[in-house]
Amino acid sequence: MARVVVDVMPKPEILDPQGKAVLGALPRLGFDGVTDVRQGKRFELEIEGELTDARRAEVEQMAETLLSNPVIEDYRVSVVEARP
Amino acid sequence: MKVGVVTFPGSLDDVDARRAVRLAGHEDVALWHAEHDLHGADAVILPGGFSYGDYLRCGAIARFAPIMAEVVDAARDGMPVLGICNGFQILCESHLLPGALIRNDHRKFGCLDQRLRIENNTTAWTSAYDVGHEVTIVLKNGEGSFVADESTLDMLEAEGRVVARYLGNPNGSQRAIAGITNEAGNVVGLMPHPEHAVESLCGPGAEGLGFFSSLDSAALLAH
Repeated sequence: MARVVVDVMPKPEILDPQGKAVLGALPRLGFDGVTDVRQGKRFELEIEGELTDARRAEVEQMAETLLSNPVIEDYRVSVVEARP
Repeated sequence: MKVGVVTFPGSLDDVDARRAVRLAGHEDVALWHAEHDLHGADAVILPGGFSYGDYLRCGAIARFAPIMAEVVDAARDGMPVLGICNGFQILCESHLLPGALIRNDHRKFGCLDQRLRIENNTTAWTSAYDVGHEVTIVLKNGEGSFVADESTLDMLEAEGRVVARYLGNPNGSQRAIAGITNEAGNVVGLMPHPEHAVESLCGPGAEGLGFFSSLDSAALLAH
């Protein structure tokens, strides 16, 4: 078993209205000093069996075809937990 | 012509689109997302709404609906396909059209009678208009801001693939793009809703009807 995390973020050049909304709300709560907020998504995948290179490549494929839209988003795959 | 309109779970404007198809003198065919069958349709419309709840990203899950395999194949073979609003998002997610639609820059859902200029009348869906013709049709979306990288935008402009442009930019779309087409001109994505502007009784007029009646000449050209 393994837990693999896919982080998806809007590309730097793409406007992120949700991040902007959060940024606008922070000073209203008294939190100052934040200059920018970008909002993304985090996917936690539980993978059956051993995390082989082929499995990992499959996760990359999932990230590229469904979990993210490469036109507007970047993704990063990381293994957070590999259990025997 | 037989014009299929796909209903996904969460589609809203499939019935209006079918009505518009009939008003333009065509036969409408109801298509179901879970089938692998276009039921003999000569053209297909992907209607507006919130397919699959817009979970993940607008259109991201609809893109993998069973019927989309047939739609994508037929589109690549030249069948006219029109994606309206959520349908436009699905076409972008399917890579039949470049770019993507993101949240409006002002972060609010917009619902208004929008003025557009038709910029390309050589597509299967816009031949009833003159270039430069201005129409008012309904625009209603939360995620209608068209984005693409600079080189893609330049390519779309150079190849005349911007089909319609907003007069006054209602949602932050790059270069005020309201609709685009593919290289062959058979696939069109449009953020505003021409199916809501086909009768003067309800809606801002009937200036959207041309998108559906254009199919006549598209059929003639194909033969």
